[in-house]
Amino acid sequence: MTKIQLLLAIILFQLIPVSLWAQATEAQQKYTAFEMRSNGKIYVVVAVVLIILFGLLAYLVRLDRKIGKLEKEKN
Amino acid sequence: MHKKWWKILCVILLTYTVIGGFLFSVPAREILHETIRNLYFHVCMWFGMMILFTTSVVYSIKYLRSQKLRDDVYAVNFTKVGIVFGVLGYTTGALWAKYTWTEFASDTEIFREPKLLGAAIALLIYFAYFVLRGSLTDIDKRARISAVYAIFAYAMLFPTLWILPRILDSLHPGKEGNPALNFKDSDARLRMVFYPAIIGWTLLGVWITSLKIRLDLIKERSILND
Repeated sequence: MTKIQLLLAIILFQLIPVSLWAQATEAQQKYTAFEMRSNGKIYVVVAVVLIILFGLLAYLVRLDRKIGKLEKEKN
Repeated sequence: MHKKWWKILCVILLTYTVIGGFLFSVPAREILHETIRNLYFHVCMWFGMMILFTTSVVYSIKYLRSQKLRDDVYAVNFTKVGIVFGVLGYTTGALWAKYTWTEFASDTEIFREPKLLGAAIALLIYFAYFVLRGSLTDIDKRARISAVYAIFAYAMLFPTLWILPRILDSLHPGKEGNPALNFKDSDARLRMVFYPAIIGWTLLGVWITSLKIRLDLIKERSILND
């Protein structure tokens, strides 16, 4: 196993103990934003953030292409 | 730098971060409550910054060994983007602290918070890197002196961000060990999003840096004939 594979394996093993997920405790019910979750409006926030993220990433891809073209022209 | 797979990986990981970061369940924490989700955003800015600065110092050392200006271009652009991440981390941290620490800590405790001071010192040291570069006009001299400075700046980075806050009394978690790897502070649910988030945000930083580097290499083609 190469070093990189070993590193990846270590990182993946960190993700495994999903069984440790606890049920929502009383404290969590008291303090976490269940309302947004139960009426589904949290999805609106996720959608907005995703649109912003994809907008920025698309811009980055465009810049990437433009610079790529510039590199071709100069060489 | 021209390969595509890591850019696609970056998009996938960031999408996962946003979806998982908002929708997956998080452990109940006193004071923090739902703001623990900032772990996937605020903390990742700092991790991204540290990784970018580390890459930068590697290129600085490479420059000192090779004397090739190309390495200097790499080093300076990694530092620039690292600073952007650091400033974002600082700003988001200020907002996060306002809604959490102010509930239980006094103003003096917050002013004295060693991690805030340490991060400010670290960032100022890196700002000075650009002051130093700006003040030198000779290209080779500028590259050499700033590469040496970058090594000293890097030597101060981890003491100010990690060592000092653990010696002194810090409001940040992780005084007793490593908060990112410690099972008590971050459980499996957090790590499921946290680690991919670090990689995703860092790749975004590397992507931006690679664009800046490529642009600089085109601009300075005449002096970079290697």
